[in-house]
Amino acid sequence: MKEFYTPGKSPVHEIDARVKLTFTLAFIIFLSLTPSGAWPAYILFLTLALSIALLSRVSIGLIQKRALLALPFALATLPLIFTGPPPRVDLPFFQTLGIAYSPEGLVRFVSITLKSWISLQAALLLSATTHISDLLTTFQQLRIPKLFVAIIGLMWRYLFLISDEVTRMLRARSSRSAIVPGSRGGGNVFWRAKVTGGMAGSIFLRSIERSDRVYSAMLSRGYTGVLPASESQPIAKNDRGYLILGLFLLMLLWALGLLTGG
Amino acid sequence: MEAIIKIDKLSFNYPNGHPALNEVSLGVNPGEKIALVGENGAGKSTLLLHLNGIFQGSGQVLINGLEISKNNLGQIRAWVGLVFQNPDDQLFSPTVYEDVAYGPIYQGLDKLTVREKVDQALAAVHMSAYVDRDSYHLSNGEKKRIAIATVLSMQPQILALDEPTAGLDPRARRELIELLEELPQTMLIATHDLALVEQLAPRTVLMNRGRIIADGPTDSILADQVLLETYGLS
Ligand SMILES: Nc1ncnc2c1ncn2[C@@H]1O[C@H](COP(=O)(O)OP(=O)(O)OP(=O)(O)O)[C@@H](O)[C@H]1O
Ligand SMILES: [Mg+2]
Repeated sequence: MKEFYTPGKSPVHEIDARVKLTFTLAFIIFLSLTPSGAWPAYILFLTLALSIALLSRVSIGLIQKRALLALPFALATLPLIFTGPPPRVDLPFFQTLGIAYSPEGLVRFVSITLKSWISLQAALLLSATTHISDLLTTFQQLRIPKLFVAIIGLMWRYLFLISDEVTRMLRARSSRSAIVPGSRGGGNVFWRAKVTGGMAGSIFLRSIERSDRVYSAMLSRGYTGVLPASESQPIAKNDRGYLILGLFLLMLLWALGLLTGG
Repeated sequence: MEAIIKIDKLSFNYPNGHPALNEVSLGVNPGEKIALVGENGAGKSTLLLHLNGIFQGSGQVLINGLEISKNNLGQIRAWVGLVFQNPDDQLFSPTVYEDVAYGPIYQGLDKLTVREKVDQALAAVHMSAYVDRDSYHLSNGEKKRIAIATVLSMQPQILALDEPTAGLDPRARRELIELLEELPQTMLIATHDLALVEQLAPRTVLMNRGRIIADGPTDSILADQVLLETYGLS
């Protein structure tokens, strides 16, 4: 797994992390408050996200692909198509089956899917242009309880440790997965499942043991339960300008959504 | 004599863009034991990981005249046994037996033969008593020897060993060197242990920053004090 943060020197990277976090949250909140079926507003929200991505010179394709992660969750709203508010109409092309669907429900389903896809893009953009340590500091400054911040920080670290561990283990396994021509090889399904199960168990045990070791190392370096607080500096004037401008823009988009939505 | 390993202008960058190998060319004859030396970060481990196709850089790597490609990885890995630098990377099964048996079972051997190969491999590294132990909860040196056994059980023609003596106590180290001396396989050994190099490998390849700086008889390379000092070996 690769860390999503992409180092760079773009204008977006340089903006204060607090500004970016606030803006991203506002973006997601306003977008979710936009009524369903407000297609022009969605397009503008998406355009806004894409322009920021362009400015920050991160790979837009990558962000959009990762944002597809939202799809499985959006699928949970699929039943809306059939259970949405009346009137119900017979499914075109399948009239003979006599299945009725709700056009209003369909609009809601598509809207929710689009909104979650665009929201996720905004969140990914934030994590691609802001280093995790800056984000953690920002959480702390925004008065999120220190324990939560510490937990998020540790989770982030372990995410990579564990995924590295998995990569190395898979590498070791494929190194020893040799087949001599002429023989069948590969082992049977049950044996392969057992090996994979064993690997999962080893990863689990090793992670626990490693977290023990990391924790002792932290204690021996003076860790007391919270990450060291960092001194906060006032947000620069420029950055404050961006934030106000950005929030204003979001409000405009939202208003447009109210006007065009269902 | 045809080379058993032939590497031609191999270059490789890690995904983060770090260039780890730069036009490396190397030919190895069957039965040769070659030491691969060079300071930390020289590219030794990266080179070894190319020998069985874990990494595939630009350039050419031929094993027994066969160019490594996606389709023949099974065959290549039957020929090349790779022992990782960190034994924790090598062992992935709950018990020592299962770990050493993985390669033979994957090759499709029957139960009795698998048992036989495991016993032979463990005996070769003097670890027969450990057959039913957990793979984790072994000392580093014990893990190291089991790691070598997991590869020996596959009876490869080539052994690529990454720092085999690191972390071993003096006796375990001496025994391991004696074991490697006895084994008939072609060997490429990445190491910082110059005494091992002197005792085991008639030929030495010196790497630095992803390039091969020197390649020749061990005696003359180890005698060249200036060379050793320039490249961080003494
Ligand atoms: N996963 C990785 N991603 C990026 N760069 C890496 C990665 N692994 C190694 N490198 C870099 O590639 C270079 C070669 O590393 P390699 O592990 O091959 O060195 P080495 O000669 O085996 O060193 P050592 O003696 O410390 O084991 C180093 O500069 C290292 O920083
Ligand atoms: Mg190495």
